[in-house]
Amino acid sequence: MSTIQQTFKRLAGEGRKALIPFITAGDPAPEMTLPLMQALVAGGADIIELGVPFSDPMADGPTIQRASERALAAGMSTRKVLEMVRAFRATGDQTPIVLMGYANPIEAMGLEAFAKAASEAGVDGVLVVDYPPEECVTFAEVCRAAGLDPVFLLAPTSTEQRFADVAAVGSGYIYYVSLKGVTGSATLDLDEVARRIPVIREKVGMPVGVGFGIRDAATAARIASLADAVVIGSRIIEEIEQSSREEAPAKVTAFLRGIRTAMDNAGER
Amino acid sequence: MHMADAPYDLPDARGHFGPYGGVFVAETLIPALTELRQAYEAAQNDPAFVAEFEYELKHYVGRPSPIYHAKRWSGLLGGAQIYLKREDLNHTGAHKVNNCIGQAMLARRMGKPRVIAETGAGQHGVATATVAARYGMECVVYMGSEDVRRQAANVYRMKLLGATVVPVESGSKTLKDALNEAMRDWVTNIGNTFYIIGTVAGPHPYPMMVRDFQTVIGKECIEQMPELAGRQPDYVIACVGGGSNAMGIFHPYIEHADVRLVGVEAAGSGIDSGMHAASLSAGRPGVLHGNRTYLLQNEDGQIIETHSISAGLDYPGVGPEHAWLKDSARAEYVGITDAEALQAFHDLCRFEGIIPALESSHALAYAAKLAPTLPKDKVLLVNLSGRGDKDMHTVAEKSGIQF
Repeated sequence: MSTIQQTFKRLAGEGRKALIPFITAGDPAPEMTLPLMQALVAGGADIIELGVPFSDPMADGPTIQRASERALAAGMSTRKVLEMVRAFRATGDQTPIVLMGYANPIEAMGLEAFAKAASEAGVDGVLVVDYPPEECVTFAEVCRAAGLDPVFLLAPTSTEQRFADVAAVGSGYIYYVSLKGVTGSATLDLDEVARRIPVIREKVGMPVGVGFGIRDAATAARIASLADAVVIGSRIIEEIEQSSREEAPAKVTAFLRGIRTAMDNAGER
Repeated sequence: MHMADAPYDLPDARGHFGPYGGVFVAETLIPALTELRQAYEAAQNDPAFVAEFEYELKHYVGRPSPIYHAKRWSGLLGGAQIYLKREDLNHTGAHKVNNCIGQAMLARRMGKPRVIAETGAGQHGVATATVAARYGMECVVYMGSEDVRRQAANVYRMKLLGATVVPVESGSKTLKDALNEAMRDWVTNIGNTFYIIGTVAGPHPYPMMVRDFQTVIGKECIEQMPELAGRQPDYVIACVGGGSNAMGIFHPYIEHADVRLVGVEAAGSGIDSGMHAASLSAGRPGVLHGNRTYLLQNEDGQIIETHSISAGLDYPGVGPEHAWLKDSARAEYVGITDAEALQAFHDLCRFEGIIPALESSHALAYAAKLAPTLPKDKVLLVNLSGRGDKDMHTVAEKSGIQF
């Protein structure tokens, strides 16, 4: 059982839902990433999604694109992201880490080389936004052989056939994109989520996390009552953007604690 | 690579040209692409759709476009005969409109009242705005803010035609960023919006569909060349940015094994300078904008900024079918610098009385290099993909002239 699966199992035993925050590695500066990852854990993160910066993040909104641009301007690269994961693991922290990014930087490194290096650095899962299941059968195999969970997206527009396609290649959890649009968009259809999650969970046989458009504790609490995990990205990046570098980790922890508390209280259902 | 025996029938059912092409997009777009593929397949097999497309090309675009024997220029160059396929004479002044009509008709058929497009030089934006006006559709065009500045006349043209032009400030503020932004619009407004991609790139079925709509260029050439020159050409030459005008003229010639196909990329200040847009000549395969193809990228897989005097060639990728034609050696790809393209631009103006687009000037420049090395009975067919009115400011600026 992978560490991601163990995490979901443990949480299920405790009657809690997973909190999965996202930050972009190297944003706003490479030296900020380790303290920010620790701040996420302090705020109650169960899994960390760490963004691998890409020059053309088509599926992301302006907030995460800005984060990517700042990170690249600061000299980030895929190998440097892996060094950061290694540094995080060196502190003894075992919180699962899922790298989230785009196909090209991974292909530039080579699929096998990437999977091996990621696994050795202490990465637990990989979500490649522009690798739908039909284009990445090989990559999913390479990941699993290296002990990494290949995580996939499902969307409100996905058909039940897509659920089956994703179930066939994915593992760890499913990331359900809760709205049509890009990351950080404003609106979220909670009724849609409530209707879809049980069906997806049943069809794919994996925990389902929900992300895109979760901006406050109340929404997070409602999602926590429906899904297995809450993913928050753009809102955290905004917190980082609006804080000085000294204050950012404490601000992020405080923000996430609010979400965590609301989620755990919602768990008393 | 032996291609002569088997008929050429790429892409496969999932949009692959060998290892290239495919559908590399986020899950949110998959159902929209499936819907598009099915709608396109149905339209292709509907004689009414095909007949209407042909009617529009004839009566609205002004097809068939003629082929013109550039006798004077050929004589001055002193070698092979140069023939020009006059896509510059189309309504809106370039080949782009062929594809826009096809896709707008498909949008109408699919019940999508809103069309969006990305544009670099503005030619595809103008063509999209034109057909959107023609069919009464809402039209939003994404354009890098750097290109908005460089192509002010086309921006005004699009606005006259009723389109909304959205300047894109992210990334390098050019075509690739406009494409990113258009994709974001599409994913957000997928219910009522049709994305009219202007080139033979993007996720399947776009590279195939745009090619199909553009093959009218090559099909006409196959009929026109024997009438005009007594035979098919020895070379077919076209500029390649994304590669739609080149695929349009190449595709019907792929099975004519004796015809050499030459794609001309923008070598900017020279390939060695690093300031160019020659993805096939100097790039590596990778994944961008929904397909696997040759890309200009750094060691880490980040897409790098491109440079060309011609905004329409200023793109770090290329259509996946060109990647396949290169690897299979059915087509060859060469580079032409800004300076060489400018020279050909001026020569065609002065010797033939035709002002070519800077994009097409790259193909002309290669023909001008090649012609003197060949005997006088050899025939070069160049796709003159667009007219140069839009480039007046750029050329004047290079010559130190201010309007």
